[in-house]
Amino acid sequence: MPMSDKKVIMKVRNLTKEFKIRSKKLGEKPQILHALSDVSVDIYEGETLGIIGESGCGKSTFGKCLVQLHQATAGSVEYEGRQILGMKKDELKKIKRDIQMVFQDPFSSLDPRMTAGKLVEEPMVAHKIITDKKERSQRALELLKTVGLDVQHVHRYPHEFSGGQRQRINIARALALNPKLIVCDEPVSALDVSIQAQVLNLFNELQKEYNLTYVFISHDLSVIKHISDRIAIMYLGRIVELCDAESIYANPLHPYTKALLSAIPPESPFDKRERIVLSGEIPSPIGDQVGCPLAKRCGSCMERCKKEMPQLKDRGDGHQVACFLYE
Amino acid sequence: MSDNLLTVKNLKTYFFTASGVSKAVDGVSFALNKGETMGIVGESGSGKSVTASSIIRLLPKIGKIVEGEINFEGRQILDLNKKELLNFRGKDIAVIFQDPMTSLDPVFKIGSQMVEMICAHQDVSKEEARKMAVEALKKVGIPQPEKRMDSYPYELSGGMCQRVIIAMAVCCKPKMIIADEPTTALDVTVQAQVLELLQELQDEMDTSILLITHNLGVVWKMCDTVMVMYAGKTVEYARSERLYEKPLHPYTWGLLDSMPKLSDTVKGELKAIPGVPPDLRLTGQCCNFYNRCPYATEICSKEVPPLLEVEEGHFVACHRQNQQEKLVRGEVNANE
Ligand SMILES: Nc1ncnc2c1ncn2[C@@H]1O[C@H](COP(=O)(O)OP(=O)(O)OP(=O)(O)O)[C@@H](O)[C@H]1O
Ligand SMILES: Nc1ncnc2c1ncn2[C@@H]1O[C@H](COP(=O)(O)OP(=O)(O)OP(=O)(O)O)[C@@H](O)[C@H]1O
Ligand code: SF4
Ligand code: SF4
Ligand SMILES: [Mg+2]
Ligand SMILES: [Mg+2]
Repeated sequence: MPMSDKKVIMKVRNLTKEFKIRSKKLGEKPQILHALSDVSVDIYEGETLGIIGESGCGKSTFGKCLVQLHQATAGSVEYEGRQILGMKKDELKKIKRDIQMVFQDPFSSLDPRMTAGKLVEEPMVAHKIITDKKERSQRALELLKTVGLDVQHVHRYPHEFSGGQRQRINIARALALNPKLIVCDEPVSALDVSIQAQVLNLFNELQKEYNLTYVFISHDLSVIKHISDRIAIMYLGRIVELCDAESIYANPLHPYTKALLSAIPPESPFDKRERIVLSGEIPSPIGDQVGCPLAKRCGSCMERCKKEMPQLKDRGDGHQVACFLYE
Repeated sequence: MSDNLLTVKNLKTYFFTASGVSKAVDGVSFALNKGETMGIVGESGSGKSVTASSIIRLLPKIGKIVEGEINFEGRQILDLNKKELLNFRGKDIAVIFQDPMTSLDPVFKIGSQMVEMICAHQDVSKEEARKMAVEALKKVGIPQPEKRMDSYPYELSGGMCQRVIIAMAVCCKPKMIIADEPTTALDVTVQAQVLELLQELQDEMDTSILLITHNLGVVWKMCDTVMVMYAGKTVEYARSERLYEKPLHPYTWGLLDSMPKLSDTVKGELKAIPGVPPDLRLTGQCCNFYNRCPYATEICSKEVPPLLEVEEGHFVACHRQNQQEKLVRGEVNANE
């Protein structure tokens, strides 16, 4: 189905998040860390938008701005047509139910003193959605069943579960409020492959059943490719390429995407791929950026790249890229 | 064919804890050749790291090697006295951990840590050691090595710190490097650099590498042989190409199938292994994979399958992979 036929559930425009970094030296002005710069993307209902990029590129910052855990510095986030940045608290509360987040660490994100059942009930209590106690615990049990746990697990504490099971509890908690969009920040990164596969399958099943929309963050391209309909590649706080999941593998455009793909370990002992080496390390996000963020490391860098910032542009087929090679 | 450097036979390392005896390593066997790399893969808790610590005999008090044999260039490591052991650890072996901060002291400069380490194991002056350190830093691709000698570990990125550790290893010219998840905490591009660096050094020094990882891609890139561990046991061991083309153990099949691959179709279902690994206090009564194995038959719940060489250099521990029976992947309980 062409994307234009789909409903946009969230419209993100020029989203920017800066952090002030206090200088070590006394009296010096605080510096600005550009964690997220000028990110614009439409998120379609029922899709999984994968976000990939290296450590520090702003993936979590993006996710946290979407669920309002971070206050964006600039830009806009429209949810079902309504601007949610700067929205009044009581109005926002209803919308917050619709947008949930699942975090990476299944070990620290659960209160160790609460049983699995109570953990799943908690968001319902906080948002006062089911007030009848019995009904609520019934619903909690249903949710635990949805994620592959059952009656015997209801009264257990987090330390009595494995990592994969804890992540299931986290997912059940996110589902408790009947959300429409879930931001998943590295939800399988701490899990073993065999358990990771179980949880990835669960995400896919739940999406089909409830028509959920996911923003799925990971640094593992194989995982992202597996779960996503479309993939956004981030570098230094910006989206540098955005396309459907198939194209990123078949037809990567941005020099950074190509380098990233070439660095992924092979799929077999016979797969000898040529690595595209980016010289140097990722530059610091502190201070103002002139020119393309990849300019210093890019093998195709031109004069123009050092002075101007390439914008993310659609090439007509929905494949967006921010690079002067394609202008 | 290269010669053998390290042979481990039926190694068993148990932890004697308050809540019982945990059989962390319970029957590990493999051989590592000179100049080759062997990968150890397996789920979290399967005993990969404990296997490595057992080889260098660096175990916590409650951990004991209760059985087995570790032979390094003809020496029985389990028979070494304290002094010989220190020598073995310092001169013959270098260890690289997942978190470089476990090997680097945060309060000392990189340079002084390297110099101290070199002087401890080699008969050289401080100046010579310093020269060697700078040379090694240059070799592992650290820009401005002289200047970096005066940096503190926290001033370097994770990838840079891992290079420093490798540089330290290079200085000792060890016969074997044990690398326990050396790139797990690193980004893929940095991971690729660090792995390639290890390969270059190996070619140059003819070092053997024992590489622990949970990433099969890393195994395909780096390893000549690979050992699959499950719940403390070697369940399969073979040359990497062989293991990829013709894996034999049902757990290995599960591991290969559950890995998402870039070439997969989008949103297909992954074949997950159902269930979780067993409690290590209760293993060793039957096949440890019994409760999760779709191919299990009666004998699997009663007897521990022995590790057999089913073809030259290809070992597997499964009741249904031997002279009598050759189980085929995907044919679940075909003979029932
Ligand atoms: N609360 C904060 N205060 C200051 N800087 C921050 C804060 N949170 C994040 N940053 C910085 O913003 C940048 C983006 O961080 P972010 O956590 O979004 O990266 P990420 O892509 O999620 O990385 P990772 O893969 O390591 O999780 C980094 O440079 C980080 O150091
Ligand atoms: N100091 C210890 N005391 C008690 N048990 C221990 C100790 N160290 C390890 N173990 C146990 O030994 C088993 C094997 O641990 P090991 O660290 O070798 O696993 P691993 O395969 O390296 O896993 P991972 O992939 O998570 O690093 C685990 O069940 C662990 O709990
Ligand atoms: S805009 Fe220029 S520097 Fe940036 S990625 Fe494209 S070619 Fe390279
Ligand atoms: S011995 Fe039995 S249970 Fe174990 S792996 Fe083989 S078939 Fe499966
Ligand atoms: Mg993050
Ligand atoms: Mg380990």
